[in-house]
Amino acid sequence: MLFLQSLISGLLTGGVYALAGIGMSLVFGVMNVSNFAHGDLMMLGMYMAYFVFTLLHIDPYISLVLVMPAAFVFGYGLEKMFINRVIHHPHQNQILLTIGLGLIMSNTALLAFTSDPRILTTSYSSSSFNILRDVSVSVPLLLSFMITCVITATLYLFLGKSRTGMALRATSQNREAAQLMGINVSRMSAIAFGIGTALAATAGALIAPTYYIHPLAGHSFLLKSFTICVLGGLGSVVGATVGGLIIGVIEAMSSTYISTDWKDVVVFVLFLAVLLFRPQGLFGKKGGQ
Amino acid sequence: MLEIGNLNAGYGDMPVLKEISISIGAGQIISVVGSNGAGKTTLLKAISGIIRSKGAIAFNHEVISNLQPHAIVRRGIVHVPEGRKIFPEMSVDENLMMGAFLHQKDYRRNLEKVFALFPKLAERRKQLGGTMSGGEQQMLAIGRGLMGNPKLLLLDEPSLGLSPLFTDVVFGAISEIRNSGVTVLLVEQNVYQSLRISTRGYVMETGRIVLSGTGVELLDNPAVKTAFLGM
Repeated sequence: MLFLQSLISGLLTGGVYALAGIGMSLVFGVMNVSNFAHGDLMMLGMYMAYFVFTLLHIDPYISLVLVMPAAFVFGYGLEKMFINRVIHHPHQNQILLTIGLGLIMSNTALLAFTSDPRILTTSYSSSSFNILRDVSVSVPLLLSFMITCVITATLYLFLGKSRTGMALRATSQNREAAQLMGINVSRMSAIAFGIGTALAATAGALIAPTYYIHPLAGHSFLLKSFTICVLGGLGSVVGATVGGLIIGVIEAMSSTYISTDWKDVVVFVLFLAVLLFRPQGLFGKKGGQ
Repeated sequence: MLEIGNLNAGYGDMPVLKEISISIGAGQIISVVGSNGAGKTTLLKAISGIIRSKGAIAFNHEVISNLQPHAIVRRGIVHVPEGRKIFPEMSVDENLMMGAFLHQKDYRRNLEKVFALFPKLAERRKQLGGTMSGGEQQMLAIGRGLMGNPKLLLLDEPSLGLSPLFTDVVFGAISEIRNSGVTVLLVEQNVYQSLRISTRGYVMETGRIVLSGTGVELLDNPAVKTAFLGM
């Protein structure tokens, strides 16, 4: 029963991790940029959900209809103003820039919101129900998982069938050829970064009811997103989905069977193992950097 | 149709093209031949806007130098790049759809044309581009280019690495494309085959045009014969 319990909570949390991982992977695929501000964008999503809840009294899950478009516009603007200047530069320049942007975000949040953690308590924050005698499912985790599924399915459909989605995939598979098709690849980069930001902020908003909201909360999620991307194969959206679920389950299992303090250690040991034995990730192609 | 005057271009500080002047009339096949590293690919990249250039490029009396690549495609210049560069994780259908990115309305009509030209593609519509052979990928790359309603088609080494059989298919297709009213600028190392079907040819060496003439004239030229045809 303990095993089933860990598996279920792991999968439910993993869904949200997957969302954050997909955002990072999409940006990497289309732009070949590792976004080290990804965790801080997630933190901004947490605060957005928090303030929409406390000031406008809108449920954090419903607030997504505001958070997602706002984050998309923010990410689109960020790409147009900063990221596109380094898109053809070496990776270390891109990493420095995105780390810098992340520091500005987290420190602005520290100034504006102080370092006191905030808690977003909804009527259902700690409610759960039993599906078996010893196995319970947390209501907020289940809700956020279902929302994640809807968003992921919509994204798959968008990338698979829509004209813009296909152009994003084409840009990620061969940027030069995409240009020769008449695709405006710099616009595709901005759209990809906008979607990546929207997904990070959504993941942030989704965990807001079950997590401490803090200006530095993004950092652990940055490492998690990065691990998910590497595990799934950098640039692979399917890989990030699977990677997120795997990381969620591994975390839950190691909390149960080893210790909560060790769950991050287990995740990063796995990260190193992937880098050593399968550096292209589960769904990645060989030769990526 | 396309007028290039005193064109200079290169990568970073390294100049590759030096004072290139070329004139292409509508309905012609023009080939640019030369050995590896002569600057043929760079010339096509400069025309399609992939790299910056100095000098004048005018298409139908409009200056198009240094426009963004997607703006140049919109004007009817479609570049089929060296090495085919098809989208490996997209099906044949999806690759062709991407070729029609700016011309969704003509998609069906152009698709029929492409399948008539390369019936093999019609049999492989669901196959992923990356799993096809080199010759099939080349047909897909040319077909994808034709989906973009080209007035001028730039072909970079379409016969590179192909078997003699596929090479004949590709050169046959190029003649058919010209007959359908599309102007072709062909860059090739297969000097004999390309000059044979060309209205005019240019010979490039270390970034300069060193010789030009009709296809037949160049094939008869002693310098061309010794340098490229091994005679």
